[in-house]
Amino acid sequence: MSEVLVLVDHVGGSVRKTTHEMLTIARRIGEPSAVFIGQLSDDAAGALRQYGAAKIYVVDPNALGPYLVAPKAEVLAQLVGSVTPAAVLVSSSAEGKEVAARVAVRTDSGIITDAVDVQPEGGTPGGAPVTTQSVFAGSYTVQATVTRGTPIIAVKPNAATPERAEGAGTVENVPVSISSSAKGARMTGVEPKKASGRPELTEAAIVVAGGRGTGGNFEPVEALADSLGAAVGASRAAVDSGWYPHSFQIGQTGKVVSPQLYVATGISGAIQHRAGMQTSKTIVAVNKDEEAPIFELADFGVVGDLHTVLPAATEEIEKRKG
Amino acid sequence: MNIVVCVKYVPDATGDRRFKPDNTVDRAAVDGLLSELDEYAVEQALQIKEKQGDDTEVTVLTVGPERAVEAIRKSLQMGADRGVHVLDDAIAGSDALATSLVLAQALAKVRSAGGWDLVLCGMGSTDGAMGVIPAMLSERLDVPGATFGSSIEVDGDTVRIRRDGDTATVTAEAVLPLVASVTDMTGEARYPSFKGIMAAKKKTVETWSLADIGVEPSQVGLSSSWTAVESTEARPPRTAGEVVSDEGGSGAKALVDFLTSKKFI
Ligand SMILES: Cc1cc2nc3c(=O)[nH]c(=O)nc-3n(C[C@H](O)[C@H](O)[C@H](O)COP(=O)(O)OP(=O)(O)OC[C@H]3O[C@@H](n4cnc5c(N)ncnc54)[C@H](O)[C@@H]3O)c2cc1C
Repeated sequence: MSEVLVLVDHVGGSVRKTTHEMLTIARRIGEPSAVFIGQLSDDAAGALRQYGAAKIYVVDPNALGPYLVAPKAEVLAQLVGSVTPAAVLVSSSAEGKEVAARVAVRTDSGIITDAVDVQPEGGTPGGAPVTTQSVFAGSYTVQATVTRGTPIIAVKPNAATPERAEGAGTVENVPVSISSSAKGARMTGVEPKKASGRPELTEAAIVVAGGRGTGGNFEPVEALADSLGAAVGASRAAVDSGWYPHSFQIGQTGKVVSPQLYVATGISGAIQHRAGMQTSKTIVAVNKDEEAPIFELADFGVVGDLHTVLPAATEEIEKRKG
Repeated sequence: MNIVVCVKYVPDATGDRRFKPDNTVDRAAVDGLLSELDEYAVEQALQIKEKQGDDTEVTVLTVGPERAVEAIRKSLQMGADRGVHVLDDAIAGSDALATSLVLAQALAKVRSAGGWDLVLCGMGSTDGAMGVIPAMLSERLDVPGATFGSSIEVDGDTVRIRRDGDTATVTAEAVLPLVASVTDMTGEARYPSFKGIMAAKKKTVETWSLADIGVEPSQVGLSSSWTAVESTEARPPRTAGEVVSDEGGSGAKALVDFLTSKKFI
């Protein structure tokens, strides 16, 4: 079976769940090879083997230099050239999509982004990948294939349930030579963000989000989220007002989430917000305006002031949990 | 300094967007407009022009059907100087790679005419929403790319951007020529003023065919794209569930009962 290259998504060397998902998907199409750009720790190598990586290509990050994205794409494109994989999977983040776009041009290959599912054609293991995407603010589902070159696919979080399968995980160091044209945009500063201590927004099973209706006070939203073990999200109105950081924004220009439960509080339900949450399994809304469009898509709604409903709900949840 | 802003004419997101039987977007079903995310790029180009002084020119480039010229018009009303519209029936149905080829060839033609120093794009279109065109242009034109700027600043021939990422905020710089894209965090775009609307009527919009930019019709379009949409299906619309009022403070308990019945607690 042909190799399927999976560009490992990791933060500071620790492998993210999206990588396990991509390795699981890769096994449907061929033999997964992880491409790890960074210092590979034993833990990281172990995690990649656990999810079936037969090979681990390691790229020394120092050889790539302090440049934006292009060198990563160049290395990956070189690997595509030497390995001729059946497909390349990257995580559908801003950076992942940019890597994918550049590799697509360099290797003259078709690219699909934002895949929420990837299956082999006809369900036959080893078949060419067929992707599923959710488009037009979640109102359509489309399936697509790559018809030219190596399929380059950017995969969204939660696109598969990670399944373990032991892989040999043979480590191969990749020789790196970066062209001068990939060194055009230099990073001059990196300011890491503090972790919230809550589940990762795009991976969380439950998301509680607050909008303009919070009036800038996210405490009731956070307290309810914590009682449910949920991630916290925000509407753009809340982000624009400076009440919550942009990395928590849900919607067209923020994150797209698809949790088991989405609780929208003080959010009207504009189309651009719906684009980020409409495919959630169950939607609950708390809004003081009974005419708010968010109620049109909510499985359950409470017309009321979030500043009284949320604290009371949190208290009730804590009571029932005992 | 010369700036080219790449803009897209898209179906209005608040309309009932759908696909045609050939799985391409039905662009006649819903009114179109300049993608709101590209307004931010036009705005940043105009702010750079204002800071640079009068000799900076902002050209707006679009690839799209006849009516896509409306996206150029709106940009000219906001204050851009001239427009280029690549219009050719053979382009219909092109995917991102094919579209980036057309844009890159058009940009090469602009480069050989007056030239450009900076190509600015929005962070993604509001219809396809892939957000990959700027990176593709950087590759095709062989100039550096600095994408997803939440702020952008030009200082001599150096461009600085700030990127608000998930795990870190990154600052980066590059020397012109450059392809950059900006997000909706760069600040609200201006509305066309009455003066701007009147002035736009006198601005020129050139229309180029594929032949004008040296692209063969067989290189683009639905059948020559690198990807194929195999099927499109409307999701069943969500239906409204039970809505209760919080009268007498009963809402919280009803809410928790619902969550319990769904086994979230
Ligand atoms: C190109 C573009 C991209 C966009 N991208 C996004 C995006 O990614 N994400 C996004 O969210 N938006 C996005 N928007 C903005 C979007 O159109 C809306 O403006 C935004 O979602 C509104 O946020 P909101 O619902 O919090 O505020 P509002 O629309 O002002 O709604 C506030 C709601 O809170 C309710 N409320 C007020 N007080 C209370 C209270 N005490 N208790 C309970 N309810 C209360 C009100 O009844 C109202 O329904 C985008 C817009 C554009 C043009």
